[in-house]
Order: sequence, then C-alpha cells, then structure tokens
Amino acid sequence: MAEEKLINRYPDALTDVEMRYCPGCTHGTAHRLVAEVIDELGVRDRTVTIATVGCSVFAYEYFDTDAVQAAHGRGPAVATGIKRVHPDSVVFTYQGDGDLASIGMGEIVHAAARGENFTVIFINNAVFGMTQGQMAPTTLMGQKTTTSPRGRTAEEAGWPIRVCELLDTLEGPAFIAREALSTPQRIRSAKRSIKRAFETQLAGRGFSLVELLSSCWTWWDMEPVEAIYHIENTMTEHFPLRIFRDCLTGQSEEVDSNA
Amino acid sequence: MSETADTRKSVFISGNEATAEGGIAGGCRHFFGYPITPQNEIPEYMSEHLPEIGGVYLQAESEVAAINMVYGAAAAGARVMTTSSSPGIALMQEGLSYMLGSELPAVFVNMVRGGPGLGNIAAAQSDYWLATRGAGHGDGRCITLTPYSVQELHDFTAGAFEIADRYQNIVMVLADAILATMMEPCELIPRRDLPLPDRPYAVGPHDRSERERNIINSLWIDFDVMEAVNLRIEERYTRAGEEITDWEEFGSDDPQIMLCAYGISARICESVVMRADEAGVRLRLIRPRTVFPFPTEPIRRWAERVDATLVVELSMGQFVEDVRLAVEGSCPVELLARSGGNMPTPGDVLQKVREVARHVGVAAK
Repeated sequence: MAEEKLINRYPDALTDVEMRYCPGCTHGTAHRLVAEVIDELGVRDRTVTIATVGCSVFAYEYFDTDAVQAAHGRGPAVATGIKRVHPDSVVFTYQGDGDLASIGMGEIVHAAARGENFTVIFINNAVFGMTQGQMAPTTLMGQKTTTSPRGRTAEEAGWPIRVCELLDTLEGPAFIAREALSTPQRIRSAKRSIKRAFETQLAGRGFSLVELLSSCWTWWDMEPVEAIYHIENTMTEHFPLRIFRDCLTGQSEEVDSNA
Repeated sequence: MSETADTRKSVFISGNEATAEGGIAGGCRHFFGYPITPQNEIPEYMSEHLPEIGGVYLQAESEVAAINMVYGAAAAGARVMTTSSSPGIALMQEGLSYMLGSELPAVFVNMVRGGPGLGNIAAAQSDYWLATRGAGHGDGRCITLTPYSVQELHDFTAGAFEIADRYQNIVMVLADAILATMMEPCELIPRRDLPLPDRPYAVGPHDRSERERNIINSLWIDFDVMEAVNLRIEERYTRAGEEITDWEEFGSDDPQIMLCAYGISARICESVVMRADEAGVRLRLIRPRTVFPFPTEPIRRWAERVDATLVVELSMGQFVEDVRLAVEGSCPVELLARSGGNMPTPGDVLQKVREVARHVGVAAK
C-alpha cells in the first residue's frame, strides 16, 4: 500500500474567515502564497500585516498575524513606524495599484529610497476594484473603466506607470520583482519571489517589493478564465515579468517560470 | 511632575528646544517630522539627541507620511511624538483621525502661525478650532494643552505622554510662534529611562501562548460596533473632563470684569491685570491650561459674579465661542481679536476694558 504523504494544507498564517473577494479573483491566490511563505519561514508571531485601502482592506481579518489597518496609500509610512520601533518584527504591506501607485506614490518611493526593511506585496490589476472599476494609474492604454468609458487615451489621462521600473532607479531597494498570477508555473514563480522578498527582509537587507499582475474580471468585464488569459497575453506586454534586483544573489533577469 | 526644583537643571532656552527636551523627559524615544517654520529647532534638536540615547529620529517625506509613521510607532507601543505648525498640522488631520479611531496615544505640538493658507510665520492662535474640534473627520477630538511660557511648554510636553496613554488619545500641545522662538529661564526635568507604557493592544513580535494576535484598526462596518467605539471614546473625554481640566486664575477676588485668554494672550492679560488700577476696574484673569477639556465650571462661576467678560485671542473669534458656551448668557461677552501676527499691547487691552466697562455701566478711568 502506498505511503500517505501530505502534499498540501491550509496555511496556518491564514484565518478561516470567509473572504469577501469575488469568486475567481486572484487576491485569494496572493493571500495564500504570502501565508505559505510566512509559514515556511516560521515568522507568523513576528509578522505584522499592514492592510491598506482597496479590495484588500480586510486583509487584517484574513492573515492570522498582528495587523494594522492603514489609511489609503499610507501603508509604507505605517510600516516604517512599526519597523523603527521593532526592527525584529517582520512587516509587510499589501497594497493595490490605486493605493500604492496613485495616492500612495510619495510614501512608496520614499520608503524604497530609504531602504526601509519591510516587504511590499503590490497587487496590480490595472483598476480600482473596491470603488467599482475606475481608472487606475496602471490602467492600460485603451482599457475601458467606469471613468475611462471610451478607453484610456494619452490625451485625457496620460500613460500607465511601471512601478518596478520606477523604483529600480533607486539605490535603496534590495529586492524588486514582477510576477503574474496567471498560470500554475507563474504562480509558483511568484511564490519564489515572495519568499525571496521576505528572506531579504529577514537578512536585514532593506526594502523588498513583489508586484503581482492580478485579475479583476468583475471590472474588466470578462469571464474569470478570460481575465487570466488577459493577464498572460496583454498585461505582461506592458508590464514585463522580471526580477529587477535581488541583493542576495546580485541577480537581475527575466522571470523563468519554467524553472 | 513630582521633581523638586533642585533635581532640575535651570537653563536659558528657547521654547522649541524646551519642547523637544520636554518630549525626551516625558519618555519620547521616537520622533517623526517634517520641516516647517517656526518649529524647526525641535526636529533639529531631536535629530541630535535621540540617537545618543537609543532613540529614533526620522525625517519624513511629508507631514502626511510623518503622522502615519507616528501611527505605526504608536501601534507598535512606542512613546512617540511629532511637531509641526499650522499648515503641517492640517496635512496631518487624516492621520490624526485614524489614530483617534484606532484609540492610539501620541503627542503632537502645534506651533501655530498665521493663516489661512500659507499665511505667514508669525504668532497666531487661529488653530484653536483645528485643535479642539478639527482633528480630522469623525467624532474624535484632541486633548489640548495650552502652555503660556517656555517652562510650561517643557512641562506640558513631558506630561502629555502619560495623559495620552491614560486616555488612549492624541494629546495636542497648542502653542504659537512666539512661545516657540522666545528664550526664557526654564528648569528642565531630568532625563530618565522610563519603562515602555503598558499597551496590551500593541503589535509586534510576541509569544502566541501569551496573547492572541492584536489588530489596530478604525474600520467598523457594523453600526452598533462603530457607535460603541464612539461611546467608549466619549466616555474617556468625560473622564478627562473630571480628571485633568486645568486652569489658572489671577487678579481681584471681587472682579467687575473677567478676562479670558490662553497661551501668549494670557501673558499679555497678566500684565493687564497688574495694571488694572490704571483703568480703575477690578479684573480677574481666567487662563485655561487645557482647552479640551475646557474649564467651563470656573468660567461659569465667575461669569455669574462679574458685569462682563472680555476675551482676548490672536484669532478672529474661535476661543470666544467656548467661553460663551461656558458663560451661557450669565454676562455679556466681548472680544478683542487680533490676527496676522499682530497682537494687542497691555495698553490696547486696558483701552478695551474701559470700552467694555462703559457698555455695562461700570465706572472706569
């Protein structure tokens, strides 16, 4: 008889609270990956989750860690305050594109420039989800949203911001990567980068950020599976997947999801 | 503060530096701030002194970031403060509201300057409403202390940390550009290592067998839970009213006119009371040392015995509203208001006293 082997389980770092995310949304995937990493590193009781404003506003209910709810865009400043009091804590912010790249652009850039020793999980789904589908700073050209009903044009709204590339101009960050929550291979790759980001923090090397290209089928007006293909086929064209910087290895390379 | 005078060191020092040293004496070891005149000597002082004693000074990229760093540090259990001046405090209001909603203690100092807008950098008291009413959106309010000397700036700032923890609330030290920049003799409270305040709700590394996880939050979707939070906060304000309302009285025991003023205006009014004979009117000054909670009771009590009340403030009629609420029609209330960095001389106030006396039929010289 074959030996029983546990190959998967519910992460300890997630509570069993029912999540409020739309079915088919990739927030659940991102939460699970972060929770698995917290478990694998054995840091749950040192971790402080910074929930921000957006669909993930209730993240403090889902991650089974200490948590602080931050005002819109201010997560990196709150994380800075905590980390400066408890350098031995493990702090991560969980921010969407509206929170991080619109209202919170000042806080994220300066936290990165200072090399603050915490981790940022950046969910980029190119739209304001919680407020019902408005244009985001990462909305693609031509993308229809509830505030760009004819599709985003440069004349009206300028161009989408590439956060990783922007932060990669700074000396402060120690780890920057962009991954996609599209295929199983890419999700495994995303987990490797999330773990790398937390390991960077644990090594005291400074600011780490993982951008996760995510789906919002609800406000993209697509079927959930179609939205996954949209990440893979369209978003990755404007937001190339890449490990921009890894201070632990000196690495900078295209993401190889088949590794 | 229980230190006797001989354990304190007497120095000649600016209000800003006395405030900074007061923070250190009160146990502050974390300071986040952003430069703005007229309080820049405070972050400069903190950047020099805090690292020497194991503390953290960090210059934020904006007041918006500074207040949120304060929020994080307070959530993590630290005695933390920031200082700013009017436009900067306005930028901090969102964070103030989050801290009030999350019931976190911290100390803020506002060296008020002229406004509205960019205004100027001269002394004003026009953030009275901002301090006592306008701590951002929602029902929260700042416990507000109003020093009138360099010594009080030092002592009130030091004492503010204990008050903040006792009521799990922001304490605002409300001063102005003159108090910030003038130099006076001041007896400094000795520095000592204070244990961290007892904050069972704080986040940070912990042993799960010793406590459940902590969540710092001001998001309450459920109506009843949200109301319960506001009722709990309100109960603390009621308790603060009973326990820490503070004021000083000076002048005639049988006054004809009550002067009401706080901060630098009260300094002017002290001189006026000493020169009351020049106007031939008996005066008594009521000087609030806290304006939230407000010393309603003594003002009401004297209002019933005087012919009129004169309020002196460096704003266009903010503080006077609280005085009127306290007086509740017991006597006429008149206002001497200056702004823009201008202030009345004691002679100007005496002239106004004569005018008020004439209005209510009190004989004056």
